[in-house]
Amino acid sequence: MADDGSGRVAPATLIHDSSKERRWSGAAPAAAIHGWLLLLPALALLALFTHFPAVATLIDSFYSTPRGARGSVFIGLDNYQTMVEDPVFWTSLVNSIWFALGTIPISIALAILMAAWVNDRIAGRTLVRMAYFTPTILPMIAVANIWLFFYTPQYGLLEQVLGAFGAPSHNWLGSRSTALLCVIVVAIWKEAGFFMIFYLAALQQIPPHLAEAAALEGASRWTFFRRVQFPLLMPTTLFVLVNAVIGAFRTVDHVIVMTRGGPDNATSLLLYHLYQVGFSFWDTGYAAAITAVLLAILAALAFGQYFFLERRVHYR
Amino acid sequence: MSGPLRVDPYEPRGLARVIESAGAGLLAFLWVLPLLYAVWTAFHPAEFSARFTLGAPLTLENFARAWEAAPFARYFLNSFLLVSLVLAGQFVLCTLAAYAFARYEFPGREIAFMLVLVQLMIMPDVLIVENYRTMSRLGILDSIPAIALPYIASAFGVFLLRQTFKTVPRELDDAARVEGANALQVLLKVYVPLARPVYIAYGLVSVSYHWNNFLWPLIVTNSVESRPLTVGLQVFSSGDQGIDWSVICAATLMTSAPLLLAFLLFQRQFVQSFMRAGIR
Repeated sequence: MADDGSGRVAPATLIHDSSKERRWSGAAPAAAIHGWLLLLPALALLALFTHFPAVATLIDSFYSTPRGARGSVFIGLDNYQTMVEDPVFWTSLVNSIWFALGTIPISIALAILMAAWVNDRIAGRTLVRMAYFTPTILPMIAVANIWLFFYTPQYGLLEQVLGAFGAPSHNWLGSRSTALLCVIVVAIWKEAGFFMIFYLAALQQIPPHLAEAAALEGASRWTFFRRVQFPLLMPTTLFVLVNAVIGAFRTVDHVIVMTRGGPDNATSLLLYHLYQVGFSFWDTGYAAAITAVLLAILAALAFGQYFFLERRVHYR
Repeated sequence: MSGPLRVDPYEPRGLARVIESAGAGLLAFLWVLPLLYAVWTAFHPAEFSARFTLGAPLTLENFARAWEAAPFARYFLNSFLLVSLVLAGQFVLCTLAAYAFARYEFPGREIAFMLVLVQLMIMPDVLIVENYRTMSRLGILDSIPAIALPYIASAFGVFLLRQTFKTVPRELDDAARVEGANALQVLLKVYVPLARPVYIAYGLVSVSYHWNNFLWPLIVTNSVESRPLTVGLQVFSSGDQGIDWSVICAATLMTSAPLLLAFLLFQRQFVQSFMRAGIR
């Protein structure tokens, strides 16, 4: 990443080389000033809306929420104590983990299947690819509205189809046991087609002679997939996995539309709980503590990816 | 897309091909079913919203009622302004920063780059509480710039453009300088035109993201004058004035229509853009 081509040998004249030296080397103070001036606008906004709030979150999490005339005072770990004793926090954390576990493996498996299908010369493949990808560009809030109707008791399409098979009526979004599942299904539907395009690109990168060699060896289609294609897709899977995990912790639009965290917090995800605490209860001190935990989770995921997974998937 | 001369030995043939096509088609049908459902409901009178009979009369009534029931024209304008502001800001700021990272050497460059990449991990979506306070201190709550500001310096955009600028041959840069162009002119005349496909890709992804973004706009906006479409739709459909499903479906389709139409028209560019922007 740090190599920017300066190591390459340029068959250039001496004059050319020295002029380059002057311009690109770190010695020139003009270059340093130019560089920093170019960075300044972006860094200023980043400092204001990323670095400062991240640090402020940590600091605020040790202070109480100002209420009326009472300003905020240092209260040590009290906000974290509140968090540990807050059953909704734990429910939300567990829900978020279930949401991630329910969404990610299935959407990745579906994405691979979709990519494999669309990669073959099947009938109407342009149309099929378009159908898979469409949910990606629709606003989550809009599709959540449609799915809400889909799940509606009695009138909803799901009820009608199941009713035709004689299944008893069920309030899918209204019961604790199925509400989170419904939310997971929407997320899978929204994401699988997005992940598909990365697998499709990766499949098309696999050199055709591998398939020819495998066929000569008499490998079945499944063996070829399991032993050749799937391992070669590992870097893509890592990339998709990281995206999916981060996505799982920052998607709440459909929860806000479909269930508002209900029934009885069964679909309250961590970010939704943060939204509630911060903007319904206006408990900013406690909300800062929840944000800190959320940031810690995201940071842990990023480091885990960097130090652990990065070296296990390097095939090329 | 695979080479026409080579025959893939694992390409399904005969019955296998029929079965695979049927499976893929069935899944595709399931995938567009919610959308078809919304289209059906939106274009038929309310009594047909859950009854699928072939002879059901078509109507645009639901769209007219939705349009009258909420200030959608204003919401469209707000969303348009928001997306334009974000995109213009991102293009300018990310281009300048990417140029510095790709072609300048100066003390602290690596640290500055790390500070930019931090945003890939700590996204504005999570920092809602502190950013709300910042907007409140700045006195710009409930305005379109307040929605846009946290997203304008985009680490993702800087990274993407930096990678692209690095592939520009130095000889082109040198040639332009010999002609007497200054650093900014070189950037505009050499780097930006060569990175055009990346700008298009990044632009499409950014527009889609911000047209669809919901949580942050929901938090910072509070009035018709600043609400984007997504928030407007939510306010409209969660209002308890007994609006029927057909009207909500019509409003939902209106909200999605610009991106959906653009996608149907430029399908290939969309898919390639999302791919290009994702793989980096």
